[in-house]
Amino acid sequence: MKTAQGIPIDYYVWLSAALFTIGVLGVLYRRNAIIVFMCIELMLNAVNLLLVTFSNYFGDASGQVFVFFIMAVAAAEVAVGLAILIVMYRNTKTTDINILNKLKW
Amino acid sequence: MTLNIFYLLSFLLIFFALLVVFSKNPVHSVLYLILTFFAIGGHYVLLNAEFLAIVNVIVYAGAIMVLFLHVIMFLNLNQEAEPHKSNLLKFAATISAGLLLIVLIGALKGTSLLTPGANNSVSVGDVKTLGKVLFSEFLLPFEVSSILLLAAMVGAVMLGKPEKNQSTK
Repeated sequence: MKTAQGIPIDYYVWLSAALFTIGVLGVLYRRNAIIVFMCIELMLNAVNLLLVTFSNYFGDASGQVFVFFIMAVAAAEVAVGLAILIVMYRNTKTTDINILNKLKW
Repeated sequence: MTLNIFYLLSFLLIFFALLVVFSKNPVHSVLYLILTFFAIGGHYVLLNAEFLAIVNVIVYAGAIMVLFLHVIMFLNLNQEAEPHKSNLLKFAATISAGLLLIVLIGALKGTSLLTPGANNSVSVGDVKTLGKVLFSEFLLPFEVSSILLLAAMVGAVMLGKPEKNQSTK
């Protein structure tokens, strides 16, 4: 039940759960769209940390390769998301996510 | 000794992550997020994933955070211009996140882990092993992710272009 360095693997599970929860808290708590993006990055990193932990635990490199792909997808997501945010700012002069309620039924 | 380093890095990680959420100034949030990524990089070093730690610092703390900082300064959000949510909504958000944490802990508490294979002690985080796995077993996903990055680049440039009818007005 320990990683190669002798740290119990449960500790990493709790740490990742806490980090993911902080990301969820940020998404729910803040209204600035850029901060919401950063909190999504926090959640992605919580998952990355857990993948690396289990990759170390099982001695399998696939987990670390998945982390590469998550990083590539995160980079693409941030580039497109921030471009959308700039377009939104150009039209509404704000990054408040509560302004974007035109599609609400 | 290793456990003490783990505790220190975990404390820094949680502390900076909370500061990302609760700091008023968006620029401060970005800087705290960079520190969070450094703490995660420290965890990767602790887990023998040295190459991933370097990539994490370069890609996340370097490239992605520079993009965030650039957009924040581009939109001139460096002062507190954000209308705040009502206290009721903040309270509800905190309660929901706390409940999620409780659910996660409850779901993971009683689980038992699989026993690791025989190669538990083999270090898999070095460049050689990762490169071999990436370019043999995961070659197709690697190529597909390059197409994804190209599409994202084209999309970002298309979105960022000023609209024609707006500029002629």
